[in-house]
Amino acid sequence: MSPTITTPSEANGNVSAATARAAASAAASAEAAGPQPVTMAKALNTALADAMRADSSVLVFGEDVGMLGGVFRITDGLTATFGEQRCFDTPLAESGIVGMAVGMAINGMRPVIEMQFDAFAYPAFEQIVSHVAKMHNRTRGMVKLPMVIRIPYGGGIGGVEHHCDSSESYYAHTAGLKVYTPATVADGYRMLREAIDSDDPVVFMEPKKMYWTKDSVDLGELRRLHERPAEGTTAGRTSEGRAAVARPGTDATLIAYGPSVPTALAAAEAAALEGRSLEVIDVRTIVPFDDETVCESVRKTGRAVVIAEAHGFASVSSEIVARVQERCFHYLAAPIRRVTGFDVPYPAPKLEKYYLPGVDRILDAVDDLQWEN
Amino acid sequence: MTISADHTAPDTTSTATPGNALTEAVKKFGITVEDYMLPARHQIQMVDPDGRLKAGSEQGTQPGHEYPVPGDKELLAAYEQLVVGRRVNDQNSALVRQGRMAVYPSSHGQEACQVAAALCLSDGDWMFPTYRDAVAVMTRGVDPVQVMTIFRGDWHGGYDPLKYKVGIQCTPLTTQLLHAVGVAHAAKLRGEDTVVLAMCGDGATSEGDFHEALNFAAVFHLPVIFFVQNNKYAISVPLAHQSVAPSLAHKAVGYGMAGERVDGNDVVALLAVLDRAVKLAREGSGPLLVEANTYRMQAHTNADDDTRYRESAEVAEWRAKDPVNRMRVYLTERGLLDDDGEARIAAHAEAVAAQLREGLGEDVPVDPQELFRHVFALQTPQLKEQSAMLADELARDAAATDSKEAGK
Repeated sequence: MSPTITTPSEANGNVSAATARAAASAAASAEAAGPQPVTMAKALNTALADAMRADSSVLVFGEDVGMLGGVFRITDGLTATFGEQRCFDTPLAESGIVGMAVGMAINGMRPVIEMQFDAFAYPAFEQIVSHVAKMHNRTRGMVKLPMVIRIPYGGGIGGVEHHCDSSESYYAHTAGLKVYTPATVADGYRMLREAIDSDDPVVFMEPKKMYWTKDSVDLGELRRLHERPAEGTTAGRTSEGRAAVARPGTDATLIAYGPSVPTALAAAEAAALEGRSLEVIDVRTIVPFDDETVCESVRKTGRAVVIAEAHGFASVSSEIVARVQERCFHYLAAPIRRVTGFDVPYPAPKLEKYYLPGVDRILDAVDDLQWEN
Repeated sequence: MTISADHTAPDTTSTATPGNALTEAVKKFGITVEDYMLPARHQIQMVDPDGRLKAGSEQGTQPGHEYPVPGDKELLAAYEQLVVGRRVNDQNSALVRQGRMAVYPSSHGQEACQVAAALCLSDGDWMFPTYRDAVAVMTRGVDPVQVMTIFRGDWHGGYDPLKYKVGIQCTPLTTQLLHAVGVAHAAKLRGEDTVVLAMCGDGATSEGDFHEALNFAAVFHLPVIFFVQNNKYAISVPLAHQSVAPSLAHKAVGYGMAGERVDGNDVVALLAVLDRAVKLAREGSGPLLVEANTYRMQAHTNADDDTRYRESAEVAEWRAKDPVNRMRVYLTERGLLDDDGEARIAAHAEAVAAQLREGLGEDVPVDPQELFRHVFALQTPQLKEQSAMLADELARDAAATDSKEAGK
């Protein structure tokens, strides 16, 4: 459904439309050069802008997402380009933001809302658990809620309390929510566009310490692939439920997602220097979980370590261990190990280095996997 | 494309400023902003508990808070719905006692609010009801048996919210008010003139989402009517424990919207006040808050014992203010209702009751596979696995039953 919206460009002359055209043409020429160093923040911002351009029912709102462009600048320029009716600031009320998005989704819109920080999303918990997750089921599929709740999450930025939580387990535990978390710049673009296109509500967990991570990415090509997938290439293939082999290896599997993927890759790099070949799996979508890719890797290597920043107790990492153990028991040479945050509230900035899973802790866990020689 | 940081400033002239609209409302009524937002000094009441039309000067109206008496045709239609609503409430309570319904939060005594909430809306408008608002949902035109599915126990909701423009009756308090705000906001962005009526009770005004919804509706200047049925109790807790505001309608001014209070057992006054609220909202006044002063005549649900927290004298006092009797007297004395009319309306009510007895009496077969079917639009492999597991379990149970039967 793509309702017609009276945009400011129609209502008040063509200022915004002209700005948009100019920006689009500038972007097209900038992107014609092929792969460029691009930050995760830019990839997410571009995905939002492209989705808004492709579908007038896509709206962006939250706290400080308008003129400021979001505290992490992920919504930078969207108000200027698309007008205050398409990207706007709300009163400071997270339950209000989510609840209003539910109503908008009921009435034909595709809201993409921002929770400013992980721990600031908790006032919206009732709306998310009791309505976002349940509306489709409650109405026997008659009401779809195509909405995306973007949440910057995780630590590693020296943030103060309430700014560094890993809250993914709450959402993953709630039946009816899809939970995505990108770990590469390209996935930032791809997965956000797919989340916006999804007819299911998606909690989109953005690893905030990776906002400034740069990869060489061709955003123009990613856009083209998303909007016009070429035959025989990526057509029909979605990110949902597909983990990625972030680094191939043969001796053990490191299973990670979001902010823990670069840590796992660094550990694999260090292990390689010691002659041990570690495969790294990037889970990408926690819900739905890609049992196939994860188990294929573990059956091949026979050993696994799950890495996550969140507390280990009753968490996504517990779930991954349980699933892999149930499916790969006879292939395992050692119990699956976990390297996670300790079961303590997220620490103050000077203590976070002791809390966060690091390369050494991962390598220690790998060393414990009952090697025969 | 890439959005650069050095963008031009947004065009602020595109958004309607609430201040201007308020000024217009004030111009329209020739009163101050405060007098526009504050409820009238007394509740609006047009027909007294004895069924007599009050003199215009005694209806509680004042400048800027003036309400014409609704037309006879509208009132007769409302009375018919009152009678049907009362019959439905009592039929459902009986079905609960017979064990044919799991639970029914009755709106017995509040039928005037239920009927007016539905009748004030046009087809394109939306309603967001609570669990106690089944009669309002039915009055809006939803099939009575589909309305009661939520209480029958085979699914969480029985009607299509998009078809009827009625949200599923909401159990968590005031969360649906924000959905109402979102529906109104989406409609406004598309330039549609949809009005949304969002319902809650007196206890619910203590919830955080009540505040967030009213504030969002006011800030975004949305056509939402917040309709509070003040029935005096939140299960057992009386209003005095929820709020010490002069009235719940007074809360409106804190959000910059107009509030009004009305006799919730007088369907004439309710229709007058809600009709005007809908008209104002449709014309761009922004949201309004209407508090209906009514009473929950029965316990919260069949699981509740109201003798533990209120006196029977209080209940008796409110029985004398009954909304159905009041309208019967009023319409009869005005010559709009005679024995034939009464008989016809009673037959209508009885037909709906029979429909409920039949629809809720039959044992509706449930499909265990439906557990998995609607969780997502795009199902996950995990749910497919679990669905297969349950199917296998049921097949083995059936096979075991068959072989047992065969062995007899």
